[in-house]
Amino acid sequence: MAKKPHATPNLDQLESGPWPSFVTGLKRLAKDKDMMVDLLGHLEHSYETRQGYWKGGTVGVFGYGGGIIPRFTEIKDENDQPVFKDAAEFHTLRVMPPPGMHYNTDILRKFCDLWEKHGSGLIAFHGQSGDIMFQGATGENVQKAFDEINELGFDLGGAGPAVRTSMSCVGASRCEQSCFDEARAHRAAINTFVGDIHRPALPYKFKFKFSGCPNDCMNSIQRSDMAVIGTWRDNIRTDEALAKKWFAKHGLNELVNDVVGMCPTRAIQLKEIKDVSKDANVSSVAVNDSQALEINNKDCVRCMHCINVMTGALAPGKDKGVTILVGGKRTLKIGDLMGTVIIPFMKLESDEDFEKFIDLAQRTIDFFAENALEHERTGEMIERIGLMNFLEGIEVEVDPNMVSAPRTNPFVRMDGWDEEVARVKARQAAA
Amino acid sequence: MSQPQMRKPIESGVPDNKQYMHPLMVKNYGNWKYHDRPRPGVLHHVSHNGDEIWTVRAGTQRQMDVHTIRKLCDIADKFAEGHVRFTIRSNIEYMVGDEKKVAPLIAELEKNGFPVGGTGNSVSMISHTQGFLHCDIPATDASGVVKALMDELYDEFKNEEMPNRVRLSTSCCEINCGGQADLAIIIQHTKPPRINHDLVANICERPAVVARCPVAAIRPAMVNGKPSLEVDEKKCVCCGACFPPCPPMAINHPEHSKLAIWVGGKNSNARSKPQFMKMVAMGLPNNPPRWPEVAEVVKRILRVYKEDARPWERMADWIERIGWPRFFEKADLPFTKYLIDDWRGGRANLNASTHIRF
Repeated sequence: MAKKPHATPNLDQLESGPWPSFVTGLKRLAKDKDMMVDLLGHLEHSYETRQGYWKGGTVGVFGYGGGIIPRFTEIKDENDQPVFKDAAEFHTLRVMPPPGMHYNTDILRKFCDLWEKHGSGLIAFHGQSGDIMFQGATGENVQKAFDEINELGFDLGGAGPAVRTSMSCVGASRCEQSCFDEARAHRAAINTFVGDIHRPALPYKFKFKFSGCPNDCMNSIQRSDMAVIGTWRDNIRTDEALAKKWFAKHGLNELVNDVVGMCPTRAIQLKEIKDVSKDANVSSVAVNDSQALEINNKDCVRCMHCINVMTGALAPGKDKGVTILVGGKRTLKIGDLMGTVIIPFMKLESDEDFEKFIDLAQRTIDFFAENALEHERTGEMIERIGLMNFLEGIEVEVDPNMVSAPRTNPFVRMDGWDEEVARVKARQAAA
Repeated sequence: MSQPQMRKPIESGVPDNKQYMHPLMVKNYGNWKYHDRPRPGVLHHVSHNGDEIWTVRAGTQRQMDVHTIRKLCDIADKFAEGHVRFTIRSNIEYMVGDEKKVAPLIAELEKNGFPVGGTGNSVSMISHTQGFLHCDIPATDASGVVKALMDELYDEFKNEEMPNRVRLSTSCCEINCGGQADLAIIIQHTKPPRINHDLVANICERPAVVARCPVAAIRPAMVNGKPSLEVDEKKCVCCGACFPPCPPMAINHPEHSKLAIWVGGKNSNARSKPQFMKMVAMGLPNNPPRWPEVAEVVKRILRVYKEDARPWERMADWIERIGWPRFFEKADLPFTKYLIDDWRGGRANLNASTHIRF
């Protein structure tokens, strides 16, 4: 039995209503743990005053420089003593999840047991960078909890100016749109740079994210320094039985309005079967006895819309790989930045392909480490130095797929134009 | 004087997920053909060799006590096949290889208070941050805001009645850890930091704080004989970037830290290219424990989107079709001068055409 609970009239109001209540969970923990009694008091005080009361500090585990988020209370009495003394330290362990966030009940129960013993009993699945967050341990218990978690085969994630914990989608394990082995790429990258996760020494954070197709369920373009997104080069695959089944259920109006009409590059047309092009770059599939969809794959930008609507009837091609974009992040400091293309396509299947990918990631991180200013993200660095300087630094050739449009102003020194034309032509001839 | 022997960490990095994955998913890895949704909250995937797997998705509170996690495990062991996974929005997924197990699993989840839904054209769980519970710089809470809003949006989670999927996020400061979304709720500060000059010299690395400011409004200064920092309050955009590296520059305020609503963020490449969200409402009070003023605006925007958007139009696609003037009119939100972008590159957000809807 824990000590007497504090009055929590604000938090109590979050126990009603149909959605699962975290407050009810906190109260269950507070039955046995003084720490959680005081954590509830601490949180209630924030609700009353509309202010936060945690400060950071320095807490770590032996051998690592990051991965623990230290939290010390700032609610003190007139003698500078913590008002909620059993929650005066409430540190978090960030632990990297398996790719796709798969678990069995055995490992989850082990997490629960060790965290009930060493910590508060509160675990978040998952934080915004993908970490399992074991929330609420004293400084003394952080090492004990980590040792047990580590022995189970799990490791701390990133914090501060470091390579950060990554996320990958459910991907190949259960999604027909998957265009590469997301989990393998995720592990290959993160486990290569694990030293840069555990010993923060970069100018600022560096995030990888892995999405199996351009639906980008991991939101990698907007929130990772290196976004690895599945795509394909050959023709969209089709399945006539599933196409006819779809058409029988949805009809011509939906086919025209929701599929043909919403293609962003007008690559899809509805045609009489006899008029369908025989061109090698065309995919087609009959939807009934007389009409077929015709897709010009040269015009298709692999946006996924038609495949999302008619899943199975239409599917990504077989010549799969990834597009890599660099530099996404949210506002601070210079304004929002999307990741932009640096590798339009690369295969990611053989051991050699994965080595090439890791080599690219290594060159990118090395260049970032040497050239970014303190607290500057990859995208901000590229904004400052220009994409060309970045590409030269990581030894990647220019490609028109990297731009939405060529330059619209003449303000550039171009005295190297002729040599550059010769170089580009020589490269094309050699390819 | 020898130190106690410390355990050396095993730098194992990310574990192999195959050891935790449902066996049918291991067997059919990379070989799935298509899926459909028999009902909201349930996915049915079929592989090229004919294997089938059913997934039941349920909402959680994300911040879970061990008793809740053990309950979820009990359900997995008794009604599913012992394997679960989590989505990026903290929904839990149970996988079963037999359709007959779906209905009893749903019943058990619902009986224990875990709503089944969040698939397809639903409003899924709100992606969120730590807030008052654990963050060192929050101006509001996260889990509480989400609990309050999901209570209001409960039916939209359990049904698939929206034009396309709806993704929400909340963030307790302008760093926006919750991320881009169809609709996001983010703190917006309205007053410059209040500086405790007695503490700055001891706590803050002053050049680093000066460098952090996006509008160069901070400069070193001697105040009351102590080295400190001062803020040009006319230049300050109240973003709060100086607060994390320098806690004596208090930016959070119970009254002046307001909530803003942003719409039209889209990370998918489907149809249009990915888009950033845009601010459409501001000045909403930070009003725990249930933030009713925020909930009212969120529900209003979602209602007009639901009524007016065509099938497959995400929030951004819908607004692109109807135009911003009609969005503000339909959502009954005032368009003010503060919503005109004057940050660098902001000119790209002006209307350089005669494309005007009358």
